Amino acid sequence: MSGHVHKDYTGAKFGMWLFLFTEVLLFGGLFILYAVYLARYPQEFISAGGELNVWFGGANTMVLLTSSLFVAISITALQRGSKTLCLRLLGGTVACAAIFMINKYFEWSAKISHGIYPGSEHLKELQPGEMVFFNIYYLTTGLHGLHVVIGALLLVWAMFLIKSDKVNADDFVILENAGLYWHLVDLIWIFVFPLYYLILH
Amino acid sequence: MSEEHAHIVPYKTFAIVWIALLFLTGTTIAVAQYDLGALNIWVALGIATLKSGLVVAIFMHMKYESILFKLALFATLAILATFIGLTLCDVLYR
Repeated sequence: MSGHVHKDYTGAKFGMWLFLFTEVLLFGGLFILYAVYLARYPQEFISAGGELNVWFGGANTMVLLTSSLFVAISITALQRGSKTLCLRLLGGTVACAAIFMINKYFEWSAKISHGIYPGSEHLKELQPGEMVFFNIYYLTTGLHGLHVVIGALLLVWAMFLIKSDKVNADDFVILENAGLYWHLVDLIWIFVFPLYYLILH
Repeated sequence: MSEEHAHIVPYKTFAIVWIALLFLTGTTIAVAQYDLGALNIWVALGIATLKSGLVVAIFMHMKYESILFKLALFATLAILATFIGLTLCDVLYR
Protein backbone atom coordinates (compact mmCIF):
# COMPACT_ATOMS: atom_id res chain seq x y z
CA MET A 1 0.00 0.00 0.00
CA SER A 2 1.14 3.55 -0.60
CA GLY A 3 0.82 6.17 2.06
CA HIS A 4 3.62 4.80 4.16
CA VAL A 5 5.93 7.66 4.99
CA HIS A 6 9.44 6.66 5.86
CA LYS A 7 10.49 8.22 9.15
CA ASP A 8 14.05 8.12 10.31
CA TYR A 9 13.54 8.88 13.96
CA THR A 10 17.15 8.39 15.02
CA GLY A 11 18.42 10.39 12.05
CA ALA A 12 16.10 13.31 12.84
CA LYS A 13 17.22 13.41 16.44
CA PHE A 14 20.90 12.96 15.62
CA GLY A 15 20.67 15.82 13.13
CA MET A 16 19.26 18.03 15.88
CA TRP A 17 22.05 17.03 18.23
CA LEU A 18 24.68 17.84 15.57
CA PHE A 19 23.15 21.30 15.27
CA LEU A 20 23.18 21.68 19.07
CA PHE A 21 26.89 20.77 19.09
CA THR A 22 27.59 23.71 16.76
CA GLU A 23 25.65 25.89 19.19
CA VAL A 24 27.79 24.62 22.06
CA LEU A 25 30.91 25.60 20.12
CA LEU A 26 29.41 29.02 19.29
CA PHE A 27 28.72 29.82 22.94
CA GLY A 28 31.99 28.08 23.85
CA GLY A 29 33.78 30.78 21.86
CA LEU A 30 32.08 33.44 23.97
CA PHE A 31 33.10 31.63 27.16
CA ILE A 32 36.70 31.54 25.91
CA LEU A 33 36.50 35.32 25.42
CA TYR A 34 35.24 35.61 28.98
CA ALA A 35 38.05 33.42 30.37
CA VAL A 36 40.79 35.26 28.50
CA TYR A 37 39.59 38.70 29.61
CA LEU A 38 38.97 37.50 33.16
CA ALA A 39 42.62 36.42 33.27
CA ARG A 40 43.71 39.80 31.90
CA TYR A 41 41.43 42.07 33.97
CA PRO A 42 40.52 40.18 37.18
CA GLN A 43 39.97 43.31 39.32
CA GLU A 44 37.91 45.15 36.70
CA PHE A 45 35.79 42.05 36.13
CA ILE A 46 35.06 41.86 39.85
CA SER A 47 34.00 45.51 40.10
CA ALA A 48 31.93 45.39 36.89
CA GLY A 49 30.37 42.02 37.74
CA GLY A 50 29.33 43.41 41.11
CA GLU A 51 26.92 45.71 39.25
CA LEU A 52 24.86 42.75 38.03
CA ASN A 53 21.87 41.87 40.14
CA VAL A 54 22.08 38.33 41.55
CA TRP A 55 18.30 38.29 42.09
CA PHE A 56 17.49 38.95 38.44
CA GLY A 57 19.95 36.26 37.40
CA GLY A 58 18.84 33.84 40.11
CA ALA A 59 15.13 34.29 39.35
CA ASN A 60 15.76 33.72 35.67
CA THR A 61 17.71 30.57 36.50
CA MET A 62 14.73 29.17 38.42
CA VAL A 63 12.38 30.15 35.58
CA LEU A 64 14.50 28.36 32.96
CA LEU A 65 15.03 25.24 35.07
CA THR A 66 11.28 25.01 35.65
CA SER A 67 10.51 25.56 31.97
CA SER A 68 12.94 22.76 31.12
CA LEU A 69 11.06 20.49 33.53
CA PHE A 70 7.76 21.36 31.79
CA VAL A 71 9.17 20.48 28.36
CA ALA A 72 10.63 17.20 29.59
CA ILE A 73 7.33 16.19 31.22
CA SER A 74 5.32 17.28 28.18
CA ILE A 75 7.06 14.63 26.06
CA THR A 76 6.23 11.90 28.58
CA ALA A 77 2.64 13.22 28.69
CA LEU A 78 2.32 13.00 24.89
CA GLN A 79 3.84 9.49 24.86
CA ARG A 80 1.22 8.46 27.41
CA GLY A 81 -1.54 10.00 25.32
CA SER A 82 -2.41 12.98 27.54
CA LYS A 83 -2.53 15.60 24.80
CA THR A 84 -4.20 18.24 26.99
CA LEU A 85 -1.59 17.97 29.72
CA CYS A 86 1.16 18.11 27.10
CA LEU A 87 -0.27 21.32 25.62
CA ARG A 88 -0.71 22.92 29.05
CA LEU A 89 2.89 22.16 29.96
CA LEU A 90 4.14 23.61 26.69
CA GLY A 91 1.98 26.68 27.32
CA GLY A 92 3.67 26.91 30.72
CA THR A 93 7.08 26.74 29.06
CA VAL A 94 6.23 29.56 26.66
CA ALA A 95 4.96 31.58 29.64
CA CYS A 96 8.31 30.95 31.36
CA ALA A 97 10.08 32.20 28.24
CA ALA A 98 7.98 35.37 28.41
CA ILE A 99 8.77 35.85 32.12
CA PHE A 100 12.47 35.38 31.35
CA MET A 101 12.40 38.02 28.63
CA ILE A 102 10.37 40.49 30.76
CA ASN A 103 12.94 40.03 33.54
CA LYS A 104 15.71 40.60 31.02
CA TYR A 105 13.92 43.72 29.77
CA PHE A 106 13.87 45.24 33.27
CA GLU A 107 17.45 44.18 33.93
CA TRP A 108 18.75 45.68 30.70
CA SER A 109 16.61 48.82 31.11
CA ALA A 110 18.14 49.45 34.52
CA LYS A 111 21.65 49.03 33.10
CA ILE A 112 20.94 51.21 30.08
CA SER A 113 19.41 53.97 32.22
CA HIS A 114 22.71 54.01 34.14
CA GLY A 115 24.46 54.59 30.84
CA ILE A 116 25.81 51.06 30.63
CA TYR A 117 25.36 49.77 27.10
CA PRO A 118 27.78 49.02 24.24
CA GLY A 119 29.26 52.20 22.81
CA SER A 120 27.89 54.50 25.53
CA GLU A 121 29.81 57.57 26.76
CA HIS A 122 29.73 56.29 30.34
CA LEU A 123 31.28 52.97 29.29
CA LYS A 124 34.17 54.76 27.60
CA GLU A 125 34.99 56.50 30.89
CA LEU A 126 35.23 53.20 32.78
CA GLN A 127 38.34 51.06 33.05
CA PRO A 128 39.07 49.13 29.82
CA GLY A 129 38.45 45.84 31.64
CA GLU A 130 35.02 46.98 32.85
CA MET A 131 34.09 48.03 29.33
CA VAL A 132 35.11 44.60 28.02
CA PHE A 133 33.07 42.90 30.74
CA PHE A 134 29.88 44.76 29.84
CA ASN A 135 30.43 44.26 26.11
CA ILE A 136 30.80 40.46 26.48
CA TYR A 137 27.90 40.50 28.94
CA TYR A 138 25.60 42.15 26.39
CA LEU A 139 26.87 39.93 23.57
CA THR A 140 26.41 36.68 25.51
CA THR A 141 23.09 37.45 27.19
CA GLY A 142 21.79 39.05 23.99
CA LEU A 143 22.61 35.99 21.89
CA HIS A 144 21.14 33.81 24.63
CA GLY A 145 17.97 35.96 24.72
CA LEU A 146 17.62 35.51 20.97
CA HIS A 147 17.77 31.76 21.55
CA VAL A 148 15.04 32.04 24.19
CA VAL A 149 12.75 33.76 21.67
CA ILE A 150 13.51 31.25 18.89
CA GLY A 151 13.05 28.33 21.29
CA ALA A 152 9.66 29.66 22.42
CA LEU A 153 8.55 30.09 18.79
CA LEU A 154 9.61 26.49 18.00
CA LEU A 155 7.54 25.25 20.96
CA VAL A 156 4.50 27.28 19.82
CA TRP A 157 4.89 25.68 16.38
CA ALA A 158 5.06 22.23 18.01
CA MET A 159 1.90 23.09 19.99
CA PHE A 160 -0.01 23.78 16.76
CA LEU A 161 1.18 20.47 15.29
CA ILE A 162 0.11 18.63 18.45
CA LYS A 163 -3.29 20.34 18.38
CA SER A 164 -3.89 19.11 14.84
CA ASP A 165 -2.51 15.64 15.74
CA LYS A 166 0.30 15.91 13.20
CA VAL A 167 2.56 15.37 16.19
CA ASN A 168 1.18 12.55 18.32
CA ALA A 169 2.10 9.70 20.64
CA ASP A 170 3.57 7.68 17.74
CA ASP A 171 5.34 10.48 15.92
CA PHE A 172 6.67 13.20 18.17
CA VAL A 173 10.21 13.79 16.98
CA ILE A 174 9.39 17.44 16.19
CA LEU A 175 8.39 18.02 19.81
CA GLU A 176 11.48 16.17 21.00
CA ASN A 177 13.77 18.26 18.81
CA ALA A 178 12.10 21.54 19.77
CA GLY A 179 12.46 20.38 23.38
CA LEU A 180 16.16 19.63 22.86
CA TYR A 181 16.64 23.17 21.58
CA TRP A 182 14.86 24.51 24.64
CA HIS A 183 17.04 22.46 26.99
CA LEU A 184 20.12 23.89 25.26
CA VAL A 185 18.87 27.38 26.13
CA ASP A 186 18.65 26.27 29.75
CA LEU A 187 22.07 24.62 29.54
CA ILE A 188 23.81 27.77 28.35
CA TRP A 189 22.18 29.81 31.10
CA ILE A 190 23.45 27.29 33.66
CA PHE A 191 26.95 28.54 32.76
CA VAL A 192 26.12 32.21 32.09
CA PHE A 193 24.55 32.68 35.53
CA PRO A 194 27.51 31.71 37.76
CA LEU A 195 30.13 33.19 35.43
CA TYR A 196 28.55 36.62 35.08
CA TYR A 197 26.42 37.01 38.20
CA LEU A 198 28.16 34.99 40.90
CA ILE A 199 31.89 34.45 40.52
CA LEU A 200 32.62 38.12 40.85
CA HIS A 201 30.88 38.70 44.16
CA MET B 1 6.16 2.69 13.25
CA SER B 2 7.10 2.17 16.88
CA GLU B 3 10.80 1.49 16.88
CA GLU B 4 12.66 1.12 20.12
CA HIS B 5 12.58 4.92 20.46
CA ALA B 6 9.65 4.93 22.83
CA HIS B 7 11.55 5.04 26.09
CA ILE B 8 9.14 6.75 28.44
CA VAL B 9 10.77 8.55 31.35
CA PRO B 10 8.43 8.72 34.37
CA TYR B 11 7.29 12.15 35.66
CA LYS B 12 8.87 11.38 39.03
CA THR B 13 12.37 11.09 37.57
CA PHE B 14 12.04 14.54 36.00
CA ALA B 15 10.69 16.02 39.23
CA ILE B 16 13.63 14.63 41.24
CA VAL B 17 16.11 16.05 38.72
CA TRP B 18 14.35 19.44 38.89
CA ILE B 19 14.60 19.50 42.70
CA ALA B 20 18.30 18.57 42.45
CA LEU B 21 18.84 21.39 39.95
CA LEU B 22 17.15 23.94 42.22
CA PHE B 23 19.18 22.68 45.18
CA LEU B 24 22.44 23.01 43.22
CA THR B 25 21.46 26.54 42.14
CA GLY B 26 20.91 27.47 45.78
CA THR B 27 24.25 25.90 46.69
CA THR B 28 26.16 27.82 44.04
CA ILE B 29 24.57 31.12 45.15
CA ALA B 30 25.38 30.35 48.80
CA VAL B 31 29.00 29.43 48.09
CA ALA B 32 29.47 32.62 46.06
CA GLN B 33 28.81 34.68 49.21
CA TYR B 34 32.14 33.50 50.66
CA ASP B 35 35.48 34.66 49.32
CA LEU B 36 37.45 31.50 48.62
CA GLY B 37 39.85 33.17 46.22
CA ALA B 38 40.50 31.23 43.03
CA LEU B 39 38.49 28.33 44.42
CA ASN B 40 35.23 30.27 43.83
CA ILE B 41 35.43 29.91 40.07
CA TRP B 42 36.18 26.18 40.24
CA VAL B 43 33.32 25.49 42.64
CA ALA B 44 30.96 27.49 40.41
CA LEU B 45 32.13 25.70 37.27
CA GLY B 46 31.99 22.31 39.00
CA ILE B 47 28.38 22.86 40.11
CA ALA B 48 27.44 24.18 36.65
CA THR B 49 28.98 21.08 35.06
CA LEU B 50 27.05 18.83 37.43
CA LYS B 51 23.81 20.68 36.62
CA SER B 52 24.38 20.48 32.88
CA GLY B 53 25.19 16.78 33.23
CA LEU B 54 21.76 16.24 34.83
CA VAL B 55 19.99 18.26 32.13
CA VAL B 56 21.76 16.44 29.28
CA ALA B 57 21.43 12.94 30.76
CA ILE B 58 17.82 13.06 31.93
CA PHE B 59 15.93 16.07 30.50
CA MET B 60 17.56 15.62 27.09
CA HIS B 61 17.33 11.80 27.28
CA MET B 62 21.04 11.31 26.53
CA LYS B 63 21.14 8.49 29.08
CA TYR B 64 18.69 6.52 26.94
CA GLU B 65 20.30 7.24 23.55
CA SER B 66 22.62 4.92 21.63
CA ILE B 67 26.39 4.95 21.87
CA LEU B 68 26.54 7.03 18.66
CA PHE B 69 24.93 10.02 20.41
CA LYS B 70 27.20 9.68 23.41
CA LEU B 71 30.35 9.49 21.30
CA ALA B 72 29.29 12.58 19.35
CA LEU B 73 28.68 14.46 22.59
CA PHE B 74 32.05 13.35 23.90
CA ALA B 75 33.77 14.47 20.68
CA THR B 76 32.15 17.91 20.93
CA LEU B 77 33.20 18.35 24.53
CA ALA B 78 36.74 17.16 23.68
CA ILE B 79 36.95 19.75 20.87
CA LEU B 80 35.67 22.49 23.17
CA ALA B 81 38.11 21.48 25.93
CA THR B 82 40.96 21.53 23.41
CA PHE B 83 40.00 25.02 22.24
CA ILE B 84 39.75 26.33 25.78
CA GLY B 85 42.88 24.52 26.97
CA LEU B 86 45.11 25.66 24.11
CA THR B 87 43.82 29.24 24.27
CA LEU B 88 44.44 29.46 28.00
CA CYS B 89 47.91 27.91 27.64
CA ASP B 90 48.71 30.70 25.22
CA VAL B 91 47.13 33.47 27.29
CA LEU B 92 48.34 32.42 30.73
CA TYR B 93 51.89 31.30 29.90
CA ARG B 94 52.84 33.70 27.14
